[in-house]
Amino acid sequence: MSDRIEKSIELKAPVDRVWRALTDYREFGEWFRVNLEGPFVVGQQARGKITYAGYEHLVWTAQVAAIEPMRRFAFTWHPYGVDPDVDYSVEKPTLVEFTLTPTGEGTDLTIVESGFDAIPAHRRAEAFRMNEGGWTAQALNIQAHVKP
Amino acid sequence: MSNPDPLPLRADPAPVFAALGDRTRLALLTRLSDGQSRSISNLSASTALTRQAVSKHLRVLEGTGLVHSVRAGRESLYAFRPQAVREAQCYLDAVSAQWDEALARLKAFVEDPGGAL
Repeated sequence: MSDRIEKSIELKAPVDRVWRALTDYREFGEWFRVNLEGPFVVGQQARGKITYAGYEHLVWTAQVAAIEPMRRFAFTWHPYGVDPDVDYSVEKPTLVEFTLTPTGEGTDLTIVESGFDAIPAHRRAEAFRMNEGGWTAQALNIQAHVKP
Repeated sequence: MSNPDPLPLRADPAPVFAALGDRTRLALLTRLSDGQSRSISNLSASTALTRQAVSKHLRVLEGTGLVHSVRAGRESLYAFRPQAVREAQCYLDAVSAQWDEALARLKAFVEDPGGAL
């Protein structure tokens, strides 16, 4: 068992299309289901209300760690950091890194989430519970949105 | 959207990750993972570690539920508890599943040339 999550997915879209979907804050919000207040800026916090049905009252925040055009986008966050009464800033967040590689078919996207061992105990149990209630009902009948 | 019933709260896996992050502890667990109970003497014997060091690491492992101890006469025998690893793995699986769903939405978003989200 490893303390990190790593996934790769092949996307049939060019690198610049995928890059935009990740790093344009409006496009990111479309598929991630969050209404971000403004653009991603390295070193700054990104913030917005979750638009995922049933969780609209929750605020999503992340600290942008890296924006390397067409290559790497990274942020730190607190998985399931959704309790408005808790100050998550005192906890060590996990790091999420997206890396893009062009292929003949489109783009290989790899996502790595690491740093789970630094999450305090009580938050881990909550995170597990939130995940089971919040994300397993996702309907996959989604139509893509294309920006003009 | 209806929320499925949340699963019962699992034992907290956070300390497990931290405990596994130490090479010595990982080595001790690897030895214990064959299911055999072993004493501190036995665990120290084939390593360069002192009894004290092994004992210290076993205490951390016991505190996280990765091992448990049973007294056998004058000494304690330590055994691996796979449940702790399974629970930590469940947490990672849950986070992983969430990313699977998010990536599926991203894939649909970038690959579909038409229509509104």
